[in-house]
Amino acid sequence: MPWTRDEMAAKAAAELQDGFYVNLGIGIPTLVANHIPPGMSIQLQSENGMLGMGPFPFEGEEDADLINAGKQTVTVLPTTSFFDSAASFAMIRGGHINISILGALQVAENGDLANWMVPGKMVKGMGGAMDLVAGVPRVVVLMEHTAKGEAKILKRCTLPLTGLGVVSKIITDIAVFEVDKGQMPSLVLVDHAPDVTVEQIRAQTEADFTVAVK
Amino acid sequence: MAVSKVFPDARTALAGHLRDGMTIMAGGFGLCGIPEALIGAIRESGVMDLTIISNNAGIDNVGLGTLLQTRQVRKMISSYVGENATFARQYLAGELEIEFNPQGTLAERIRAGGAGIPAFFTATGYGTDVAKGKETREFNGRHYVMETGLFADLAIVHAWKGDTEGNLVYRKTARNFNPMMATAAKFTVAEVETLVEPGEIDPDHIITPGIFVKRIVKLDQVEKRIEQRTVRKRAE
Repeated sequence: MPWTRDEMAAKAAAELQDGFYVNLGIGIPTLVANHIPPGMSIQLQSENGMLGMGPFPFEGEEDADLINAGKQTVTVLPTTSFFDSAASFAMIRGGHINISILGALQVAENGDLANWMVPGKMVKGMGGAMDLVAGVPRVVVLMEHTAKGEAKILKRCTLPLTGLGVVSKIITDIAVFEVDKGQMPSLVLVDHAPDVTVEQIRAQTEADFTVAVK
Repeated sequence: MAVSKVFPDARTALAGHLRDGMTIMAGGFGLCGIPEALIGAIRESGVMDLTIISNNAGIDNVGLGTLLQTRQVRKMISSYVGENATFARQYLAGELEIEFNPQGTLAERIRAGGAGIPAFFTATGYGTDVAKGKETREFNGRHYVMETGLFADLAIVHAWKGDTEGNLVYRKTARNFNPMMATAAKFTVAEVETLVEPGEIDPDHIITPGIFVKRIVKLDQVEKRIEQRTVRKRAE
């Protein structure tokens, strides 16, 4: 049984530590906010210029001047601060954000990431993704293991890159890999969904990996 | 007594400062904090062949999207243009040029341009398509790409409150690119929702000092749009 999106988000939430400043990408990573352990203090950063992002507003309380990077209406918290885009990316590029959790189209065994150009579609732009992966010390990818049966964890990315050697961990619907650049192969399988075998994971993963499931 | 910076409407505030082929910076993120009245006046002016520096390109009938519909834009320098069908159509037809910048690189290029810094090095984009043709250097064992500062002929920004000296305060996430852009053009025009006398804004709260703002216009009405209306249910 593969993990559900919520189970994947819960796996990613286990990466968080008390006091962390966190940037969550669009899609499944957004769900990580629902799995922050009670009592843990986490500040979510939104790269359009907000730290301490609150939940969606109650109906009728939406404010057009208060949105997140996905252009969704959000709310403030007692800890919230606002700032301009240059200050926002100073947080990101200056290494002040502890962890970035984002989606991917492809990840290579050396930690290369491709997530901004969808094959065969109009290029929309990279937004803040290249800054996040270059500047945030720990980058966790949260994605489906395959796309239409095609492997997404590859020896080499075939799509245009977002960043070189930037990924620290990969969480998919069937497997969790640590990326340890100090060894070959760099990918280490550390967890997998129940009833999914290592052989099944190998069949859906082009990249080589070692197994160290706890 | 210096000449007043206050102009009665967007059209007169831009008068004498629009010409074909110019480069214009426009503040905003998505539709949040965009200088919509000033964009409207640029559309009405009919000025053509523009290079627009803005994080996004509006949506089809709103913001910069309206300048695309009239084919006044030749080139966009942006980080993300996903929400605009007119953009996609013109781009695919080869009528519109696009230069994608990573969002932080774009913000820093504007900040640098406004501060008189011609170029800087960043790790963002190293080894990717955005670094192609650019100088790279190694500092302390890490690779960086040289990016240049951006400086426009005109910057148009939206602020929440301003005074007649051009001091500006922004509201919530409508700040975004507006403060840097106000610094990074030969001529900056600000539209504000509220206009007050000098001294009415606490100097500690001013985000953009008036030196950067040449002209200011108070909006009669402000229609703000929400791209993604997301809400939660109240607990029963």
